[in-house]
Amino acid sequence: MNAPVYNFAYLDEQTKRMIRRAILKAVAIPGYQVPFASREMPMPYGWGTGGVQVTASILGPDDVLKVIDQGSDDTTNAVSIRNFFIKTAGVRTTTSTGDATVIQTRHRIPEAALGEHQILVFQVPIPEPLRFLEPRETETRRMHALADYGLMHVKLYEDIARHGHIATTYAYPVKVDGRYVMDPSPTPKFDNPKMSNCAALQLFGAGREKRVYAIPPHTGVESLDFEDHPFERYRLDGTCAFCGANDSFLDEVITDDRGGRMFVCSDTDYCETRRSQSGAAETRAGASVPR
Amino acid sequence: MYVAAKGGEKAIENAHRLLAHERRGDPSVPELSLDQIKGQLRLAVDRVMCEGSLYDRELAALAIKQACGDLIEAIFLLRAFRATLPRFGASEPLDTGEMAVRRRISAAFKDLPGGQVLGPTFDYTHRLLDPTLQGAGASEPGCAEPIGAMPRVIDILAAEGLIEPSPRARPDDRVGDLTQDPLGFPADRDLRLQNLARGDEGFLLALGYSTQRGYGRTHPFAGEIRLGEVEVEFVPQELGFCIPLGEITVTECQMINQFRGSATEPPRFTRGYGLAFGHSERKSMAMALVDRALRARELGEEVKAPAQDEEFVLSHTDNVQATGFVEHLKLPHHVDFQAELGLLRRLRSEFEQERAGASSLQEAAE
Repeated sequence: MNAPVYNFAYLDEQTKRMIRRAILKAVAIPGYQVPFASREMPMPYGWGTGGVQVTASILGPDDVLKVIDQGSDDTTNAVSIRNFFIKTAGVRTTTSTGDATVIQTRHRIPEAALGEHQILVFQVPIPEPLRFLEPRETETRRMHALADYGLMHVKLYEDIARHGHIATTYAYPVKVDGRYVMDPSPTPKFDNPKMSNCAALQLFGAGREKRVYAIPPHTGVESLDFEDHPFERYRLDGTCAFCGANDSFLDEVITDDRGGRMFVCSDTDYCETRRSQSGAAETRAGASVPR
Repeated sequence: MYVAAKGGEKAIENAHRLLAHERRGDPSVPELSLDQIKGQLRLAVDRVMCEGSLYDRELAALAIKQACGDLIEAIFLLRAFRATLPRFGASEPLDTGEMAVRRRISAAFKDLPGGQVLGPTFDYTHRLLDPTLQGAGASEPGCAEPIGAMPRVIDILAAEGLIEPSPRARPDDRVGDLTQDPLGFPADRDLRLQNLARGDEGFLLALGYSTQRGYGRTHPFAGEIRLGEVEVEFVPQELGFCIPLGEITVTECQMINQFRGSATEPPRFTRGYGLAFGHSERKSMAMALVDRALRARELGEEVKAPAQDEEFVLSHTDNVQATGFVEHLKLPHHVDFQAELGLLRRLRSEFEQERAGASSLQEAAE
């Protein structure tokens, strides 16, 4: 039998080179979706194969990896992907946003500002922002080529006409560097402003759909809106029960079946950092949280 | 405490241990060997090799065992391994005319050179559960001698010009490979066939079936179905001549479909083609139906049924992709859900305010 032997970070070097070429192209054309020959990975499509391939291609032995899902290092899929790279690459891992050189994420951008030494890798399910308006790839590629984004504006306008608001709360479309309309992956629109002029390189990998795209450092990213309906960042009106933060994105946690609930930071590292910096906040949270 | 996501690491470890426990089943029952799977669940092994795109009976059997018999999971395991293998080239085209035939039938002719050879088949069995298989029954001796090469029905028709010629491959043309270059549209037939060969048997079966029920009819005849062993040959660059790599078992289906003609060309039959690893008749027949349906554009037919829609079909054949994305809904989505919840609450409170405002206006008017 052919006994399986795997390379550093799982993928063979030819594959990594192919993906890095696609990434370079993506960096050269911000927001443009570059097709690449995505491989089958040992985790299912839809569970982060695009992000994992991008991470595997850029990871070196000196990198320090952080993996989050829903903002947290401890959700099952984040644990699984982190363990995958510990096993196949043996790299150092961390939960600290500041210490990481590569951060793979699903559905969130960390609260702490990222630096030039860092790369943020997004897992992307549907890379095409126009897909739900036009199912055909042949059509959407043409629309991007011609910068024909009227359909998207009509959709946003119809939202306003129907609901009084733009009814898109996550995967809120953005325009990158004034040219390509891009899907930011299903992050809450709260995170959209963090993408603009970010010091870190942002890479997006969609495994099943075989696309990578990128936002180079210090690139302008605007969320689509109208002059009379400007983009609004949405945040639950509450404070974190653990650290008292009133500026972070919150998870709502149901505490009983009588309508009891509390709010906690979605970004666990942000929350823990705040708690370790301020003993007072911890005491306050400790008093109000059921354990 | 209530933040349930904590402790994911321990939970995963426990879940995997439980899975291993369930896989083994009752320890008083002997463990399944790979030889048993290879030898007695042959058709499962064939399907996993075909959709897993890797001809290796041993690894396919291992994948089936590891996947507790979940064939799509087994296909996934094989694909993930295959993706890491180095590629050193493409084989020469298989010559199925030289196949050591074990089964060969044609629905288009009563008899033909080489004859109708039923071989090992479920066809014409009565589907009655057989209690004699419950125990370790004596196996019946069969005469499984391969019959040797025999002419292909399609070549007989082609000699008379009754069927369209198969386009000759140009030796310098590279064969497309969608595992090396992402599929673009429109896709050439080599890529379409590769996509269908890797595609989910059930999905292709349903699509092929839909063409028979009027959604893109092609009036097919099973021109020929043949099963047997063919030699795989390879030309290493440094040698410059063919060397045999070994034999593989394949099932080939050539559909003969309704004819086509024009002012300048006499009418003749058209082709649909299916090929699968191992003994996979249902798969190769369904593939041939869908291949023909997908040639609608090329043959100037109106594209109006799902099976004729290249982008729809080719984007959804891959069961590893499909199962991954469907099942990813199990992953936490609470960040997005919270965001939706927030908007919904806001819309509802605005609705209530407006309703309250409207009713107070009404009262004022009254």
